[in-house]
Amino acid sequence: MIWNEYIECADRQKLKEIQNRRFVKMIERMYYNVPFYRKKLQEIGLEPGDIKSIDQLKDLPFTTKQDLRDNYPFGLFTVPQSEIVRIHASSGTTGKPTVVGYTRNDIQMWSEVVARSLTMAAVTKNDIIQVAYGYGLFTGGMGLHYGAEKIGASVIPISGGNTKKQLQLMVDFGSTVIACTPSYAAFLGESIEKEGILKSDIKLKAGIFGAEPWTEEMRVQVEKLLGLKAFDIYGLSEVIGPGVSMECEHQCGSHIFEDHFIPEIIDPNTLEVLPYGELGELVFTTVTKEAMPLLRYRTRDLTRLHVERCACGRTMVRMEKCLGRSDDMLIIRGVNVFPSQVESVLLEMSETTPHYQLIVSRENNLDNLEIRVEVDDQFWSDEIKVLEGLKKKISHNISSMLGLSATIKLVEPNTIERSEGKAKRVIDNRNMK
Amino acid sequence: MIIKQLSIFLEDKTGRLTELTRILSENDINMTAFSVADAPDYGIMRLVVNKPELALKVLKDKGFAVNTTDVIALVVPNKPGGLHKALEILSTNNVAIDYMYAFGLEDSASVIIRPSAISQAIEVLQQHKMELISANQIYKI
Repeated sequence: MIWNEYIECADRQKLKEIQNRRFVKMIERMYYNVPFYRKKLQEIGLEPGDIKSIDQLKDLPFTTKQDLRDNYPFGLFTVPQSEIVRIHASSGTTGKPTVVGYTRNDIQMWSEVVARSLTMAAVTKNDIIQVAYGYGLFTGGMGLHYGAEKIGASVIPISGGNTKKQLQLMVDFGSTVIACTPSYAAFLGESIEKEGILKSDIKLKAGIFGAEPWTEEMRVQVEKLLGLKAFDIYGLSEVIGPGVSMECEHQCGSHIFEDHFIPEIIDPNTLEVLPYGELGELVFTTVTKEAMPLLRYRTRDLTRLHVERCACGRTMVRMEKCLGRSDDMLIIRGVNVFPSQVESVLLEMSETTPHYQLIVSRENNLDNLEIRVEVDDQFWSDEIKVLEGLKKKISHNISSMLGLSATIKLVEPNTIERSEGKAKRVIDNRNMK
Repeated sequence: MIIKQLSIFLEDKTGRLTELTRILSENDINMTAFSVADAPDYGIMRLVVNKPELALKVLKDKGFAVNTTDVIALVVPNKPGGLHKALEILSTNNVAIDYMYAFGLEDSASVIIRPSAISQAIEVLQQHKMELISANQIYKI
């Protein structure tokens, strides 16, 4: 099913014309309304009239998260505050939160892209969707909510947490779709039996999972636990929130809604644009956003783009599942490590669960990686030789995946902090500088 | 003759064992025999109690990694060579012992054994008139 076939399956030449027209207007609005962008464009000697096509993007300056912080809170808004109808903000774990404003049109555009996304998962007005993303400053809850309402589905705005109630309503209301983080979906799945619920009482057919990186192995696990088809939705609040891209039923990457968000892949070191198919950092330019358009915003997400037409008929480029954010990437003894790689290893082994935590420390100037893995009823044995064997096996698999040795520590079930939002996968105790 | 032993994974943290004994005590569960095996960063407690089903449930509810393992309990005369005779029977019949631990039972000494092949172990020990304690007997202790 396709929500907006006219644009989602548009000829790429036609799409580019639309992008160019919108892009030129956006540059104008930025230049005349935001001192930050005006200064940046003046520095490279450009005026709005010089910019005619998105082919010129490669010569334009980048915007970073730091720029958003420097202009906290409303410095990058291109419209007066009276035009702003909503303000979201990301959690500020490392400093001030990142603030994003929306005009009425922005909210409509966002609802449109989420409606397209949900339609990819075959959600219709006949569905009951349980939105278990957090509602609030975080964009997950309200983003999914407005898109689902646009489709006409029945929305249960339950927000995150309260697992018992989630499962109760899931059964009593007969929810057919759930939207939450993949790690919370796994947690819900594991809780079904504990709450004395029969799997046959659960009517879910699709899961809309995002807001954190997850692996194919995790998909298999969540699909099995909840008896649904799991879809990856991608987004980041700076760009709009969830609905920047979404997987169709063929699940060969997420289609980016390019009529609103223009993607580029760059080499994060040289900042050169890379061709389709190459791995690099994803960069977005938003061409329709009114309140806070972004010019070449560096997402820190590492992925590849593919432009070949998808079997579903859509022509919009597909991005691969993110390997991780370059922010999440750890450098341990010079080796790049993504938590998602550890997750892959654990999920490939039948004896382990994906509940893990990486703890990095430094002793005598040498990095040490400890991986804590929860023991589980499924693989736990009361013989030390079996448990020690398991530790060796995990350690061996990790070392062949990462090329790095790690200390494996088995811990009791439910002792690693569970995410009702995003999982805390990494504790870095190295005291740099 | 098969006895349900509880096996509990314990993280190497102060107070973990105390938490366990508190839960058992609050639920009026009596311990008959136990041993703690310690690996460098965790321990495994093996435990025989009078109400294994209840103990399993309450410990699970409290978040312990706990399951049950089939073991046998053997009474050995409290004199030199008492245990030797029983072990000899098992080894002659190619039954290995994964682990074992002793506990006192009235005047005799008793051992809990986790054999590699439990039904074979029971069979050969009974053939040689060794005294095994039944589940009902041990849960009443």
